[in-house]
Amino acid sequence: MNAPTPLIEVERLDAWYGRRRVLHGVDFSVGAGEIRVIMGGSGSGKSTLLRHLLGLQRPGAGTVKLFGVDLARAGERELQEVRKRIGVSFQGGALLTSLTVGENVALPLREHTRLDESTIRIMSRLKLEVVDLGGFQDLMPSQLSGGMVKRAALARAIAMDPRLLFFDEPSAGLDPVVSAELDELILRLRDALRMTIVVVTHELESAFKIADTITVLDAGEVLMTGPAAAVRAAPNERIQDLLNRRPREVQVDADAYLRRLTEEEA
Amino acid sequence: MNALTRPLAGLGRVTLEALGGVGYAAMLLLEALYYALFGWRVGQRLRLAPVVRQMREIGVDALPIVALLGLTVGLMLGIQFIASLSEFGAQSQVVLAVAKSVTREFGALITAILVAGRSGSALAARIGSMSVSQEVDALSVIGIDPVRYLVAPALLAMLVMLPVLTIVADAAAILGAALYSAPALDVTPGAYLLHTMSLLDAGDVWQGLSKSLVFAVLITLIGVSTGFSVTGGAEGVGRATTRAVVLSICWIIVVDMVFSFFLNR
Repeated sequence: MNAPTPLIEVERLDAWYGRRRVLHGVDFSVGAGEIRVIMGGSGSGKSTLLRHLLGLQRPGAGTVKLFGVDLARAGERELQEVRKRIGVSFQGGALLTSLTVGENVALPLREHTRLDESTIRIMSRLKLEVVDLGGFQDLMPSQLSGGMVKRAALARAIAMDPRLLFFDEPSAGLDPVVSAELDELILRLRDALRMTIVVVTHELESAFKIADTITVLDAGEVLMTGPAAAVRAAPNERIQDLLNRRPREVQVDADAYLRRLTEEEA
Repeated sequence: MNALTRPLAGLGRVTLEALGGVGYAAMLLLEALYYALFGWRVGQRLRLAPVVRQMREIGVDALPIVALLGLTVGLMLGIQFIASLSEFGAQSQVVLAVAKSVTREFGALITAILVAGRSGSALAARIGSMSVSQEVDALSVIGIDPVRYLVAPALLAMLVMLPVLTIVADAAAILGAALYSAPALDVTPGAYLLHTMSLLDAGDVWQGLSKSLVFAVLITLIGVSTGFSVTGGAEGVGRATTRAVVLSICWIIVVDMVFSFFLNR
């Protein structure tokens, strides 16, 4: 993992929702060819971190760089070039419901390339074959099952052969077999297409199966980043709580508690 | 003290939110126009196909209902004007009254209210459900600006089709008035229509059409901006749809009044 420049560099990232601070000075970097899993419980800030990595939100403070481009400062053209080199598979798939599966996969190609229609058709069908959805191109997204939607979303994400692939909660809402298949698919993609992959998940099993390195987030802070084995052996109590599914021990601050109960504008 | 400041704070918050909404809509308008004209320069070329599709959905599909409503409103105006003008023995002036009021006012107003209910709500619902299911985010990360992909086609289609529909409504309403008034005035409907044409000047029709352009912008912007600001799942989408229709119709009526005032001074 001694890549000269990391593909993703995040420095001292702060994020706020209103008055609530969701990310506290997060430092994060991912090198080429790595499969990085961002792990954390609900409300740990992992989805927010992903939104910042994708440039969907402006940082409160700090910088987010993809391929060395600062997303908050980049011009429209520059941002466009970055976006051509990343692929994103959203949690619910986020396929455009007005288009067929095939048109969804072809969408990035139609927008960014000047290929003729038959080439686009062949390329999008190829991507559907990669995710084992060959022959499903004419169905509408609403006609697919949950696992198929995720795979179709993955096919769209890799349509432009991105160097960097983001995957939000690949196994959420899927049965164990289908989610294991998706994990295999992710590993295969990295080996076959040499992609760098960032996966956000709270599923421990799938995280340890696919991860080269894991970043553990908790309450908006990075607890640790390291190889999967190191994370498993980490002495940190909160990491072990997460790994062993132990409920958190919530310490009650009496003053803050009273204030929350009595304050008029929380 | 608190009892005094809280309503004030509430008022301030509502005002700020309203101002924010207007600013957001204005920004959407500028961006949509920018992408329509110069999008190709930044790799965001506006395609013709979605514009044509929107024109069909907003315009062509609404033709029958617009014509029917226009005809009905024309009949109603004929009935009312004959009744009220005959009190002064001035029934013959019904031709003038209908011609002016339809072209300047009712044609554009009826069409806009109908399209707000049909297409403004559809825009809000479509964009709202797309925001909820992260489709808008997906467009952004693919490198497709949501404003170019979702707003610009709708805006262009609305700007073309609302005036077209308004003309159809004008014609249908005048025809409707002719059907009722011509027998009452002892003339043929053909003669009634010819008389109408001789009384109308281009300025009357323009007044209606210029309003319909403003209504087109209002309906689109209110529809898409409520759609983009949807939060809270399916219920939020429903709320946004209702809000889009109610807001559009309120704005249309108020703006219509303001325009009528200034255009008739």
